[in-house]
Amino acid sequence: MSDLITATLAQGLLWSMLAIGVFITFRVLDVADLTVEGSFPLGAAISATLLTIGVNPIISILVAGIGGMIAGTVTGFIHTKLKIPALLAGILTMIALYSINLHIMGKANISLLRIDTIYSLVTDLGFSNTWSLFVVGLLLAITICLKLVYFFGTEIGAALRATGDNPQMIRAQGVNTDAMIVLGLLISNGFVAVSGALIAQGNGFADVGMGVGTIVIGLASVIIGEVLFGTRSFINSLISVILGSIVYRIVIAVVLFLGMPPNDLKLFTAILVAMALSLPSLKAKWQSR
Amino acid sequence: MLKVENLVKTFFKGTVNEKVALNGINLTLNTGDFVTVIGGNGAGKSTLLNSIAGVFPIDEGRLIIDDIDVTKMAEHKRAAYIGRVFQDPMRGTAGNMQIEENMILALRRGKSLGLKWAFVDKEKEYFKEQLASLGLGLEDRLSARMGLLSGGQRQSITLLMATMIRPKLLLLDEHTAALDPKTAANVLYLTNKIVTEQNLTTLMITHNMRDALRYGNRLIMMDNGRIIFDVSGEEKAKMTVADLLDCFETAEGGLSDRMMLGHE
Repeated sequence: MSDLITATLAQGLLWSMLAIGVFITFRVLDVADLTVEGSFPLGAAISATLLTIGVNPIISILVAGIGGMIAGTVTGFIHTKLKIPALLAGILTMIALYSINLHIMGKANISLLRIDTIYSLVTDLGFSNTWSLFVVGLLLAITICLKLVYFFGTEIGAALRATGDNPQMIRAQGVNTDAMIVLGLLISNGFVAVSGALIAQGNGFADVGMGVGTIVIGLASVIIGEVLFGTRSFINSLISVILGSIVYRIVIAVVLFLGMPPNDLKLFTAILVAMALSLPSLKAKWQSR
Repeated sequence: MLKVENLVKTFFKGTVNEKVALNGINLTLNTGDFVTVIGGNGAGKSTLLNSIAGVFPIDEGRLIIDDIDVTKMAEHKRAAYIGRVFQDPMRGTAGNMQIEENMILALRRGKSLGLKWAFVDKEKEYFKEQLASLGLGLEDRLSARMGLLSGGQRQSITLLMATMIRPKLLLLDEHTAALDPKTAANVLYLTNKIVTEQNLTTLMITHNMRDALRYGNRLIMMDNGRIIFDVSGEEKAKMTVADLLDCFETAEGGLSDRMMLGHE
């Protein structure tokens, strides 16, 4: 049982990289970016392919992150330079990535059985398999949280936040909002791809279809986190998102434990997110009565 | 300081909704000119300011700010020379960010941003001084979210932000129109103080004829995308609202209700 709890927490931490990516686009930039559904399996594909040819697991994750950044940049250019709405720009990149991911892997599925992963590096230190996932997830979550809090407190970071908040205002202050949007999408998809790489290494396989529904999982984590743990400050929001990702995993574990068929998970998540997103407007409606 | 040469801007060109918003504007502002702009609805006042600020490309003409040709310069690049306050108090500041963060960004207008930590103690003191000069008691609320402030407070801070780095040109687009009369009067008083103290070259759109006469050293009246009346110095100082109304008689677009009400 305690192993199950550790595993659930670990999954939450590893998926929190995805949630942070979604948070950066959805909340900071105020853009719904569907690139996520392609950059998540892209990270998995790059990392898994590199592992099978004997590349160091950590380097494979870094390369996966760079791949995600490129994907985000492509969406950014389609959106800002070709003037295609952000939602559609993300969908275009997502679809294109499906083919690209197949090219990278050479097939639809790569198994990582008996291949050293980032987690084997930790089990070598004497941790169990489950604990190794937890340790890696926790270390990464803390490191990235600190780095992001610093970044969003810098001049460029503040300009990026202002771009999502009020583009007109920040243009009047001399900031190129197009560049900021591209930068935001780049950072976001970098994290998403890293998450994909971590999950692939944890699950022991990469699959071309593993991106389906990731945007909704990311949104669920962001919203659950915000509702339960608050948004008083930027650091508060960021920690909320990480905790939200963990709570989401706990909820999933519980409903599965209660006997919900795994095939219904995505339906369940979609309903959860729809309810959470509509909550503010429903609340306002009730109150105005 | 500002030179507008034969500026033409048409919206929805080639469609049934085609609208010539600016029809050959020529305007030269000297350094320190404080120009009030009046005119009916659709006269082209806002289009003129937005053209100068680079919100959209213009069809014909040239724009020169302090000997720099900005005609083709992107909006965010021009921002280095221009301070702006908008009609909607929500538009000039980032509502989800702190007062301090808004001011930090304004203090870096036109400068290249880096990965330096944005919060500097010395600047914080400066922001407090600046806020104290507003006399609104905002100097102790640096970490408050902008969205918590009233329209008048936000507009006052936007004015500070637009002028903290001395702009070559200050553009005020009916920046008091959305405020209640008392707050509007305060913001206008503040505007006049900042503009005259810093000797800023300013274009201020207003729908209030008395304000247009009371403030500034020059007044232009627009109608149908043209400047139909331009008066300055002594001559302007002697003008009355009645004189302005006479001028409007000749205007095709006529008076808007708002201006008639503002005449009270």
